[in-house]
Amino acid sequence: MTTPDDQTPADGHPAPGGPSRRSFLKQSGGLLSATLAAPIASRAEAVADKLAPPSPVASGPTNMALTINGQVRNLRLEPRVTLLDALREYLDLTGSKKGCDHGQCGACTVLVDGKRVNSCLTLAVMAQGKQITTIEGLAKGDELHPMQEAFLKHDGFQCGYCTPGQIMSGVACVSEGHAKTDDQAREWMSGNICRCGAYPNILAAVREVAGQQAKG
Amino acid sequence: MNNFAYTQAASTKEATTAKQADKAAAFIGGGTTLIDIMKSNIEQHSLLIDINRLALTGINDTAEGLRIGTLEHMSTVGEHPQVVQNYPAISESLLLSASPQLRNMATMGGNLLQKTRCGYYRDVAFPCNKRVPGSGCPAQTGDNRTLAIFGTSPSCIATNASDLAVALVALDARLTLENAKGQSRTLPLTEFYKLPGSTPNIETHLQPDELITAITVPAAGHARRSHYLKVRDRASYAYALVSAAVGLDVQGGLIRSARVALGGVGTVPWRVPAVEKYLVGKPATEDTFRAAAALAVRDAAPREQNKFKVELAQRTLVRAFLELPTA
Repeated sequence: MTTPDDQTPADGHPAPGGPSRRSFLKQSGGLLSATLAAPIASRAEAVADKLAPPSPVASGPTNMALTINGQVRNLRLEPRVTLLDALREYLDLTGSKKGCDHGQCGACTVLVDGKRVNSCLTLAVMAQGKQITTIEGLAKGDELHPMQEAFLKHDGFQCGYCTPGQIMSGVACVSEGHAKTDDQAREWMSGNICRCGAYPNILAAVREVAGQQAKG
Repeated sequence: MNNFAYTQAASTKEATTAKQADKAAAFIGGGTTLIDIMKSNIEQHSLLIDINRLALTGINDTAEGLRIGTLEHMSTVGEHPQVVQNYPAISESLLLSASPQLRNMATMGGNLLQKTRCGYYRDVAFPCNKRVPGSGCPAQTGDNRTLAIFGTSPSCIATNASDLAVALVALDARLTLENAKGQSRTLPLTEFYKLPGSTPNIETHLQPDELITAITVPAAGHARRSHYLKVRDRASYAYALVSAAVGLDVQGGLIRSARVALGGVGTVPWRVPAVEKYLVGKPATEDTFRAAAALAVRDAAPREQNKFKVELAQRTLVRAFLELPTA
C-alpha cells in the first residue's frame, strides 16, 4: 500500500551503487574463489561465494521500503538517514521525538519486530523488511491503546516531549513481563528520561496496564 | 553525520573481504556505539558493512561450556535461562548494561568492541591521543573522576566501559575470529584487549580483516557460582564507577577455585590473577575477602579526582563475594 507522501522516484529503479566500490567487490569476489582452499572456510560459504554475486553497495540516495504501522512506505534516502529522521522528516510521522539523538534519552523509542529500540541509532536502510510500530500506530481509530489511556488517567507527563517514547517503552515493558513490581518497572523503564520528573505518574500508568496498582 | 556507503554482506567471507579492501570501512551490527560516534564527528567511515544477515547466531550450553554467536543481542543472552542458571555473572553484567532499548539492538561482539572512551574523546574541541594520536591527554590532570586507576599510561586513562567484558574475562572466555582468507583463530579475551601505552588509538589485537564470530566460555563450578556487582552514580542506566565479577567454587568451606575481575577501573577489563591465586585454599570468609580486596588494588595508580575508587573497589569486591549464593 502506498500513500501520497511516499518518496518513490518516477523511474522506480534502485539507485546504482558507487561504481568503483561495486567493481572492486566484483574483483575481490573473483579473488576469493582462488583462496577457497583455506582450511577453515566453511563449505556452504565457499559455495555461496562462488555462486552469489557480491552484495550491492548503496551510496547516495537509495530506494528503500519500510513497513510502518502495517503500511509499506517507499522512500529514497541516503544510507546515513536514521529511522527517526525517516519517520519525522520524510514521512511526517512526528510522534517519535528527537531528544538527544544519541540513544541516551529514549524519546525516539519505537518497536521493531515488537522489540523497543532507539530509532535515532537505527539506520533506515537496515530497518527494511521489519515491522516498525510508532506511537501513531498504537490507537485503533479513535480507540486509544490502554497505555495511552493510562498516561492520560495518571497524568504521566508535563511538557509531553518524552511521552511518545515513554508510552512505546511502557508497552514493551509490559509485554516483556518486566513491570511486575514497582522496582522492576523502574529498572526496565530507565532508558526513558523525563526532564519534568513525571516518573511517579509514568510508573503508575505502566503498573496499571501491567495489571497492578503502583504502591503509594 | 557525513555520508557513507552501505552494503549488507551475504557471507562472513564477503564481509571480511570488503573490510580488508577498504581501510576506512567498518562492520555494523547493532550500531549503538558506531552511529553515536559517527554523528559526533569522532570517527568517519567510507563504508558500513552490515553483518546482520550472517549466520553468526545461536546460544548453546553444553557440558563443556557456553557458545554464543556474535550477533546475539545483549537482551537475548541476558535472559537466556541457561546463561542465567550456569553463568549468572554474564547474565547480570548484560542486564545491568545500558538501557532495555540499547540491549535489544547491541550485539555481543559489538559490545566487546565498544570504544574505550572518556568525555575528552567525545568532545572534538579537546585534544585526545585516542582520537588524534599525539595531540595530548587533558584527562591526566583534568576531569578524571570516572576514569581508570589500572592499566593507565601518560597517553590515556579512559575506562573500558563494557560490563560484559568484565564478566567474560573473569570466566576465561575466548573469542573466535575469522579473517578474509577464511581462516579462523581463537584468542582468550584477556589477550584481546591492548593496554593504551603510547598508542591508545589501538584498543585490541583484532586484525583489520578479522571479525568476531563467536564467544565461548568453559563450564566450571566458579562460573555456576558467579556474580556481577555494579556500583554507579545513579541506580540504573549509567556506567560503572566500579564493578566486580567474581566466581568461587567452595567445598567444605574452603575455596577450590576463584575468578576475579574489576570493571570501571581499568583501561581494559581488569582481571586480577594474583587475587585468584591468593584465594585458593583459603576459607570463604569475610576476612579472606578483605585481604583479597586489598591485594586487588595494590597496583592502583589513581589521579586527582578518582582516588575514591581505590577504597570503593575493595568494598565492591568484598560485597560481591558476600552476595554469592552459599555453596
